[in-house]
Amino acid sequence: MIAGLLDLLTALLVLSGAAFALVAAIGLVRLPDLYTRMHAASKAGTVGSGLLLLAVGVHSAELPVLARALAGFFFFVLTAPVSAHLLAMAAHKVGYRLCEQSIRDDMND
Amino acid sequence: MTGLILSWSVWAALVVLAMAFLLTVWRVVKGPTLADRVVALDMLTGIVIGFIALIAIRTGFTLYIDIAISLGLVGFLATVAFARFILSRGRPARPKPAELAEALLAPAATRKKKTDTKRKGGTGPAVRRKGGK
Repeated sequence: MIAGLLDLLTALLVLSGAAFALVAAIGLVRLPDLYTRMHAASKAGTVGSGLLLLAVGVHSAELPVLARALAGFFFFVLTAPVSAHLLAMAAHKVGYRLCEQSIRDDMND
Repeated sequence: MTGLILSWSVWAALVVLAMAFLLTVWRVVKGPTLADRVVALDMLTGIVIGFIALIAIRTGFTLYIDIAISLGLVGFLATVAFARFILSRGRPARPKPAELAEALLAPAATRKKKTDTKRKGGTGPAVRRKGGK
């Protein structure tokens, strides 16, 4: 009973994680701009890989494995915004321009 | 029954992740600037972490979690290093080839002459001389 429930939960986590990764990849291909692409990749991509790691922890049904998976998820959530902001700041400072549809640029004063 | 559902969903997730991987590789190959390629490589690391997690579920080796975490650490450091490299290289983004060709192919007269709307409201020496006459 419990094992069946864990299997169903793992299946749900796996499918949703893969869907998040696919959405991030589609956004990476279709968005017009470096900064909007970064927004797609760093948010949806992080959640996708984090959910897949969480699925491993739930599937094993052991506390240490689940703790390690949660630690990995926490680590990804912690590091993804740092790298994305650093890359966006570097690109903006060097002079990569926004796309034509952008309304305003708050860092450009 | 639930084991069958899990097995099928893992297969479906593998297929979906493969599609995401191919789309991201297309962005790495196509990406007009270096920063686009760096973003796509960061995303590629995340997708590979997802692959590793799926293999861990299929085989039952939970040791793969540690490999995924260390791969995430390496990807983070690589992105930070690339950001520092973009900052220190300091080359501004080039104009698009279409704009450049348009600017180069335009006749010299139309390139130099300002339109009337732009001419209005100047405070330069030419406007002052005209006002004096």
